[in-house]
Amino acid sequence: MSAPSLTPSKAAPPRRNPPRAAGPAPSTGRFAKSLKRNLTAHGFLIGAVLCFAVFSWYPMVREFFLAFQKTDGGTTTWVGLDNLTTVVNDPAFWQAWRNTALFTVLALVLGFAVPFVAAVVINEFHHGQGYLRLLVYLPVMLPPVAAVLLFKYLYDPGYGLLNELFGAVGLPEQQWLQDPDISMLAVVVASTWMNMGGATLIYLAALQGIPGELYEAAELDGAGILRKIWHVTIPQTRLILSLMLLMQVIATMQVFVEPFLLTGGAGPEGSTTTVVYLIYQYAFNFNNYGAAAALGLLLLVLLAGFSAAYVKLSRAEDE
Amino acid sequence: MSTRTLISPAQLARPRGRKLYWVTFAVVVGIFTIAFLGPLYWLVSSGFKDAQEVIQTPPTLVPGSFEPENYSRAWEVMDLASLLFNTLYYAFGALAFQLVFDVAAAYSLSKLRPVLGKAILGMMLATLMIPATVLVVPQYLTVLDVPLIERNLLNSPWAIWLPSVTNAFNIFLLKRFFDSIPKELLDAASMDGARPMRILWSIVLPISRPILGVVSIFAVVGVWKDFLWPMLTLPDPTKQTLNVGIYSLSNGVPVNVLIAALTIASIPTLLIFLVFQRNIMSGLTAGGLKG
Repeated sequence: MSAPSLTPSKAAPPRRNPPRAAGPAPSTGRFAKSLKRNLTAHGFLIGAVLCFAVFSWYPMVREFFLAFQKTDGGTTTWVGLDNLTTVVNDPAFWQAWRNTALFTVLALVLGFAVPFVAAVVINEFHHGQGYLRLLVYLPVMLPPVAAVLLFKYLYDPGYGLLNELFGAVGLPEQQWLQDPDISMLAVVVASTWMNMGGATLIYLAALQGIPGELYEAAELDGAGILRKIWHVTIPQTRLILSLMLLMQVIATMQVFVEPFLLTGGAGPEGSTTTVVYLIYQYAFNFNNYGAAAALGLLLLVLLAGFSAAYVKLSRAEDE
Repeated sequence: MSTRTLISPAQLARPRGRKLYWVTFAVVVGIFTIAFLGPLYWLVSSGFKDAQEVIQTPPTLVPGSFEPENYSRAWEVMDLASLLFNTLYYAFGALAFQLVFDVAAAYSLSKLRPVLGKAILGMMLATLMIPATVLVVPQYLTVLDVPLIERNLLNSPWAIWLPSVTNAFNIFLLKRFFDSIPKELLDAASMDGARPMRILWSIVLPISRPILGVVSIFAVVGVWKDFLWPMLTLPDPTKQTLNVGIYSLSNGVPVNVLIAALTIASIPTLLIFLVFQRNIMSGLTAGGLKG
């Protein structure tokens, strides 16, 4: 970019100030100028700020109030912690949290590790990297109904390809989504397939930033592949890894679409009911917005810590 | 690609190393192709099979029956034309709103620096810390009765367009890019008498083409992929998006027709991806992490 040669600002043509009736004292002039500058600046901001006010900030405040209110018809009453006790005493409450925790743990084992391993492997190849990157990102671009219903067919106990595959290598066929013991695992596998592309590409970019000398040095010390991964690759990508870990936790704790579309939400014996599905049920099936908000607030409190850590870390990465 | 990686070139140069490299390479390419392209192939090819063949075991690799009319039936029975039109309408509307409002806001925060600008940016970024699903319920109630204008936006495209503007991540990306535009350039223009609008239009936007491309793709794909929000705010079947429409009709149509519909619904975003691959990949990594 060729920077234009800078003439001292004194040489700039005098700006035509709008004629002002009141005294042209220099201080008022500066004030008027700054006012005008600010009006312009706020004018550029106003559209976005209004949208945020109505669709983000106001709902944030409202969520808090909703949690302690009950609405019957047109009247709203303050009910204190009633909503919270309703939610906690619901037999589905603990099951939903257990399921969500299970989903998160499974998603960390699969959804966090698989993309990293994939990225490390892809990064070693001197050919076909573009093709492999394209492949892992393809599912990310599918509309969720397409991806999820596709998996519904693959999981079908009657004609599903997965059982076909299991049969071919001599493994017992499974009921997949109909079996309460593995339905959540099935949901996580589908979710990982759908979403791993983004993480893989981010890891690949991080891996490509590792200075090669570090590997050379490790080799001189006699390190094998695994030790190189442990002592060079992982420490060098630590920041990205921890960011992605936090993001993965935050995202998976909020999982909704995959279980909703795959198992109708609850799944066999409620085995795929997640916290967000419960929120959805309270709000949109039972019209109990108060209970939905109370449960939402619990989720918010739980995730706030992770979010704060995420923001702090990503700021560290920025600098 | 000459960056040095995990495995040393010396090891690779040995005959045994080279053999191992190619074997692993073939295995990995094979696994990736089966895992990621396989299901898509199954989707497209099953769309051509008759209803019997789709659920036959073992499945056929190459369709034995050939019914391309499944695709035209899906198109008619599920009214994919109007679902597709709706989705396009919402996606490009949301894109327009985001481009206008988010670019203006980012420009103001980055270059015009208004009073309280830092606080406003902070409050915008704070929304990234609130789990999105927690806000779905109060947002839905807001759409039912928007404060100040007291309107119900249910079944209206505004319910998609306006909330899409509240994308703090986009504003942050744009602002960061605008921050990197040298101040001297803008100062020179304003000395020539250009007003902020003119500076934005003639200097900032042309320089920012790459980031605008990235933001645009994510905006369109975001609406295309969204499910919960359009399901809640667009209950009228004639106003629904592809995702929601296909989902709500999925139980009433034969399997092979539904699969054909899924294939059709996938084509637009896959095309976007194939065409704009480079921008999407650079956006993912340059933009860093999505919150």
